Amino acid sequence: MKALSIKKLEKVYKNNFPALKGVDLEVEEGDFFALLGSNGAGKSTTIGIISGLVNKTAGQVRIFDTDIDTDPAKAKSYLGLVPQEFNFNQFEPLIEILINQAGYYGINRKLAYQRAEQYLRQLELWDKRHEMARELSGGMKRRLMIARALVHNPRLLILDEPTAGVDIEIRRSMWTFLTELNRQGVTIILTTHYLEEAESLCKNIAIIDHGITIEHSNMHKLLSQLDRETIILYLQNSLQHLPAEFANYDIRLADTDTIEADIKAPLTMNKLFSLFNAHNIEIKGMRNKSNRLEHLFMCLLEKNRNNTALLETIQQTHAETEQL
Amino acid sequence: MNLQENYQAFKTIVIKEFLRFIRIWIQTVLPPVVTTALYFVIFGELIGSQLAPIDGYSYMDYIVPGLILMAVITHSYANVVSSFYMAKFQKSIEELLVSPVPNHIILLGYISGGVSRGFIVGFIVALVARYFSDFHIHSYWITFGIVFLTAILFSLAGFINAIYANSFDDISIIPTFVLTPLTYLGGIFYSISMLPEFWQKVSLINPILYMVNSFRYGLLGISDTNMTHALLIIFSFIIVLYSFAMHLLNIGKGIKN
Repeated sequence: MKALSIKKLEKVYKNNFPALKGVDLEVEEGDFFALLGSNGAGKSTTIGIISGLVNKTAGQVRIFDTDIDTDPAKAKSYLGLVPQEFNFNQFEPLIEILINQAGYYGINRKLAYQRAEQYLRQLELWDKRHEMARELSGGMKRRLMIARALVHNPRLLILDEPTAGVDIEIRRSMWTFLTELNRQGVTIILTTHYLEEAESLCKNIAIIDHGITIEHSNMHKLLSQLDRETIILYLQNSLQHLPAEFANYDIRLADTDTIEADIKAPLTMNKLFSLFNAHNIEIKGMRNKSNRLEHLFMCLLEKNRNNTALLETIQQTHAETEQL
Repeated sequence: MNLQENYQAFKTIVIKEFLRFIRIWIQTVLPPVVTTALYFVIFGELIGSQLAPIDGYSYMDYIVPGLILMAVITHSYANVVSSFYMAKFQKSIEELLVSPVPNHIILLGYISGGVSRGFIVGFIVALVARYFSDFHIHSYWITFGIVFLTAILFSLAGFINAIYANSFDDISIIPTFVLTPLTYLGGIFYSISMLPEFWQKVSLINPILYMVNSFRYGLLGISDTNMTHALLIIFSFIIVLYSFAMHLLNIGKGIKN
């Protein structure tokens, strides 16, 4: 079953800004799905429409086969949302925020308290339950929003940049928590600007740019499209010049202690290390220059923008020709 | 959501609203005690003792119903306008919007919050009034009925104000420039029979006049207006404002993009 199905979703804001120009998206039940895009691409608008915070202009959205227009209450009952901005009452204690949220879903206060305890404990906020939300640190507030989104046990959890501004320790604990949640059967849709986060957590991916879906694929398949990868290699001993044979490949000396190599046919990692061995160059460490998904993401955005620019030029030329 | 779940959601909003104004009781419940006591001392004791009785009641007794209802009007309005606007301002209204709570439950929940505060403040002001005046309730049904309906009406008005408000200034403009003048000119401190004929007719346009006089009838058994007209006006306002508030919620005015 599809956890989420979006067809030809459009949104034009009151100032005539077309935020979405026909987004298509499908997320299978049980998926851990990455929804990526640069700032202003339309991710938050899409999430806003799914969750009922933004009115759509056109298109169809179905959550677990329930249309958000024909039965919005049922569709909303499947959904838990962790928005980008803090949107809880800063002057309410944590426990009340969670109990109230559960109450909005028709859950009685006794059960709501049990659920609140369960998620506050899991997210290490139980000791703070009687404190006002405004007294929490940024990371705690993020975790509070996750606990609040889960208190009615949703089947689909949407997280809009949940780890923004969170330190690495909390971020990693959130990753573990979300992975475990997904393993228990909760479908998760994640938007993030940390692409290593999307790469390590998500099975499927969609990329939105300028209000349209430019990529919708399996993470593994998408990454296998990557035909080039830049590796940074740290030398054991300093080197002034690269051997002449290296000039046949995209290998360069970044500084006397570092080599950059573009792994692209015919160069393979085996071949690269054979070259180093042949010239007695010792390598003490290596890493990717950029995250693989980040590299691919940038390539796809560039390709889409070039296509858009080309299309606009063709349309403009066509219009000018017609005028003549 | 089934009936049971809707009831649970309604109860949640009511409890949340009740706890909100109780938590800040120094700002919400205490001030009317002080201001009303001052009204009774200055207008009732000092000035009122120099005035002739109105419709057989001392001036102190005469102003008691108006002052109680003024507190109910002000506080039921203020409760909803400030609570809903703060929810918009902090975006915590999104907690409700993403949930399956029907819009009429949201509206009824906020109205109940306003009515609760109106009743509590009205009751406290009545206790203060008892210290200065020895009034007796003429009709319990009319007294409590009018307080209830008036609180509903002004909670709805506060809700609509909050939906349109874009700043903290916007939530104080209507109370300052519309509500307070209408309340003061609504027969709290005088009978309209004391006014020239022209101003008597003008006063009849003011809906608050009907509420104050109906409540005065409930408490003292005297009124400048007809009870049937008053109830018709109050019910009409409630129906119109409720329908309008529901329309605004349904289209997401001020709360959705």
